[in-house]
Amino acid sequence: MQTECVECGAELTVPEDVMQGEILPCPECGADLEVITVAPLVVELAPTEMEDWGE
Amino acid sequence: MRIGILCSRVRVEEKLLFAAFEGLGVPVVRLDERAIAARVGDYAPEADVILERSVSTSAGLIAAQLFEAAGVPVINTSATASVCADKVRTTLALAQAGVPQPRTAIALSPEAALQAIEQIGYPAVLKPPVGSWGRLLARVNDRDAAEAIIEHKEVLGGIGHHIYYVQEYIDKPARDIRAFVIGTETIAAIYRSSPHWITNTARGGHASNCPVTPEIADLCGRAARSVSGGAGGVLAIDLLEDAERGLLVCEVNHTMEFRNSIDTTGVNIPEHIARYVLDSVGERQHA
Repeated sequence: MQTECVECGAELTVPEDVMQGEILPCPECGADLEVITVAPLVVELAPTEMEDWGE
Repeated sequence: MRIGILCSRVRVEEKLLFAAFEGLGVPVVRLDERAIAARVGDYAPEADVILERSVSTSAGLIAAQLFEAAGVPVINTSATASVCADKVRTTLALAQAGVPQPRTAIALSPEAALQAIEQIGYPAVLKPPVGSWGRLLARVNDRDAAEAIIEHKEVLGGIGHHIYYVQEYIDKPARDIRAFVIGTETIAAIYRSSPHWITNTARGGHASNCPVTPEIADLCGRAARSVSGGAGGVLAIDLLEDAERGLLVCEVNHTMEFRNSIDTTGVNIPEHIARYVLDSVGERQHA
């Protein structure tokens, strides 16, 4: 599957088993992209790490 | 039976957990805490048991409480998660159970914080009471640094920064130990090695296998029981090696990451977790 980086416009190849909520780094600009929906494939910039995130 | 996994961000761990349940022939429903709009008293999650895997500590904790209030059991329970999520509560639980840990002091004002740091002695470590991945830890080497860090924490604003959790610095051998506990059994452990004093793998620590010795198993079992009302859970326990006192429990994590530890230890951690979740349902049905 293919989509476009919302930050830099680079073409992004997405694995077939991608899941909603998965984070994909853009190979061109390094932005973290979150998969919002799989069908249709929609990505947005992932939210910045919050203070209470972790294990 | 419907198994739910609560998560918003899907990390490698969540993908492995989905695969583990599928490998056992059990369908899994994904629940996203961002989609919850729970009317209190009239809320029915679409699962019979839920594995809580939220990357957000506070969202995961609240969601777990909502699920439990609706009669759906959660692993880990909200009671266990609330102890593990808060280092103050973890320390108090470990202390009550007599589990060895680094000397710790708590203070609630900048003046008392300086006093607490001087009581512990330099170098000391300041940690946010809620936090992970080695974030915002500060090694305080002297009074000048203590005063500067306290002032910064006061200015930073968030209420969590005004709770001062101070621990003695353990001069560990360039590594710590992370042990994985399912129930109360330690199934695997890794060394996390780093030339930096913060050894989290999220901060570049290198993982290698650590044999689970009877001492590690006993200590981790006691620590797991102490934070969970005796039942244990799905927990990652961080241990520090002190030259004189032996192993000390540093912290207990309730939504552990394990991607670097499966090949390293040869233990299929996600499958152990999946089986534990399924067994917990079986136990309730037979109770």
